[in-house]
Amino acid sequence: MDSTAIETTVRSVLGHHGKLSEDAGTIAADADLYRAGMTSHASVNVMLGLEDEFDIEFPEERLTKATFTSINSITEAVEAINND
Amino acid sequence: MTDHAVLTDTPQRGAEDTDRAERVAARAEAVAAVAREFADAVDSESRFPREAIDEARNQGLLAAPIPEADGGLGYSITELCRMLERVGRECTSTAMILAMHHSQVLCLTRHADTDFLRDYTRRVAAEGLLLASATTEAQIGGDTRNSTCAVRPIEDGRVALHKSCPVISYGAYADAILVTARRSEDAASSDQVLLVVEAENLQLDRQRGWDALGMRGTCSESFELDATTPADAMFTVLFETISAQTMLPAAHCLWASAWLGMATQAGLTARSVVQKAARKTPGTTPPSAMRLAELEVQLQSMTDVVRASVARYEAAWDDPAVSESMQFAIAMNTLKVSGAEAVRRIVGDAMVIVGITAFANRSPVSLARLYRDSIGPSVMVNNDRILLHTATLQLVSRGQR
Repeated sequence: MDSTAIETTVRSVLGHHGKLSEDAGTIAADADLYRAGMTSHASVNVMLGLEDEFDIEFPEERLTKATFTSINSITEAVEAINND
Repeated sequence: MTDHAVLTDTPQRGAEDTDRAERVAARAEAVAAVAREFADAVDSESRFPREAIDEARNQGLLAAPIPEADGGLGYSITELCRMLERVGRECTSTAMILAMHHSQVLCLTRHADTDFLRDYTRRVAAEGLLLASATTEAQIGGDTRNSTCAVRPIEDGRVALHKSCPVISYGAYADAILVTARRSEDAASSDQVLLVVEAENLQLDRQRGWDALGMRGTCSESFELDATTPADAMFTVLFETISAQTMLPAAHCLWASAWLGMATQAGLTARSVVQKAARKTPGTTPPSAMRLAELEVQLQSMTDVVRASVARYEAAWDDPAVSESMQFAIAMNTLKVSGAEAVRRIVGDAMVIVGITAFANRSPVSLARLYRDSIGPSVMVNNDRILLHTATLQLVSRGQR
C-alpha cells in the first residue's frame, strides 16, 4: 500500500473516531490534530481503528503523543510498521 | 588499611547536599508542627487551616518549586512530595491544600509562556500567593479534558469567562484560580486553554458549602465563577499538554504522598500501641503484633509504589516523549487508584489494631479524624472514572512498564 492510499485510510479513520472540529478529509496533513480538538481518549479510538484497518499493532515505543500529532506522523508510523 | 577503610572511602553526600536536605526537612517540620497544633480545630470547625498555610508561606514553601532565580526554593518533585508526606502525618487538609496548590504552581513553573504568566510566577514567589484550581465543571461529570464554558474576548485586551464549578477547593481563600475553558465559543469541548484569574478579577457565588465527613479543612465548596483576565494570562500551550506533562502526574504524585503520610501516621500509632502491650509481657508476642506485621506488608507496598512513582516522574521531568507516553499515563492513573485504596485500608486496619482508644474521638491515640479523612481519596476523584480511562488505554497498550 502506498503512502497516498495509507493517508486516505488514515483520514477516513480520523473522520470516524478523531472527534475533530475540522473535516478530517480536508484538514492539512501537517496540522496539529490535538489543536483540532482530538483528546487522548479519542486518539485511542483512532489507534484501534487504524489497527483494525491496516491489521497492525502499534508497538509500545510508538504509543506517544508525537505519533498521533498529525496525519503525516500517523501515515509515517503506519508505513514504518508495515515495512518492519 | 583496615576493612573499615572501605566504608569511610564510600562516596559521601557532599556537605552542600546534606545542608540542603536538612533545610528541606526543617521547613517541613515547621509546617508539620503548626498543622498538628490546629488539626483538631480545623476539623471540628470545618475551616481553612490558615495557621499552617501561613507557616508554609513564612517558610517560603508556597513557592517551593519555583526556581531560586525567580524567588522560590527550587524544590524538585521528590522534595515536594517528601514535604507532603511529613505534613500529611499531621493534618490531611493542610497537606491536600499544599498538594493542590503545588499542582498549579508547577503548571506555571513548567509552562508559563507569556510575559504575564512569567511575571505572575515571580509574584507567587515574592508575595507568597496561594493558587487554587477550577478544572471540573457542571454537566461534564468530572472529566477535566472537556469544558462547556468558553473564553470570550472583551475590551482592553481582556477575556471574560463564566463557569459553573461543582468544586473549587479553598476557592474562597485563594489569591488566584487556574481555570480551564474552551478556547472560544465555537471551539470543540476538548479544545481547552488554561488561564490564571486573580481573586480581584473574580466573583465567586457560593452554591454549596462544605460540611463533609473528612478533609473538612479543604473547604471544597461549589461556586458560580465570573471572571475577567488579561488575554495573556492564558497559557499559549494546549491544556492537553499541560495536563499530560504536569497537572495530572504532579497532582497524583503530590496527593499520593500526602496519603502516604496519613497511612504512615496510622501505622506509627498502631506500632506504638502494640509495642506498649509487648513491654507488659516480655517473652510473649502479643496477638496484635501479628496484625501489625500484616499492616507492615501494606505500608511497605504503599511506600514503595508512591516513592517509585515520584522517582519515575522525576526521571521523566524533562522528557516529554516519556511523560506523554501511554505507559506513563497508565502508571500515574494507577498510582491514584492504588494510593487511595491503600490509605483507606491501612488507616482502617490500624484502627482495628489499636482498638477502642483509636475509635474514640478524644484520646491520645485517636484515629477517628484520620479514618474519616482516609475515605476522601477514594471519592475526591472517582476511582472508577480513572479506571475507565485506564481501561481505554489498556485497549492499545502493549503492557510495558
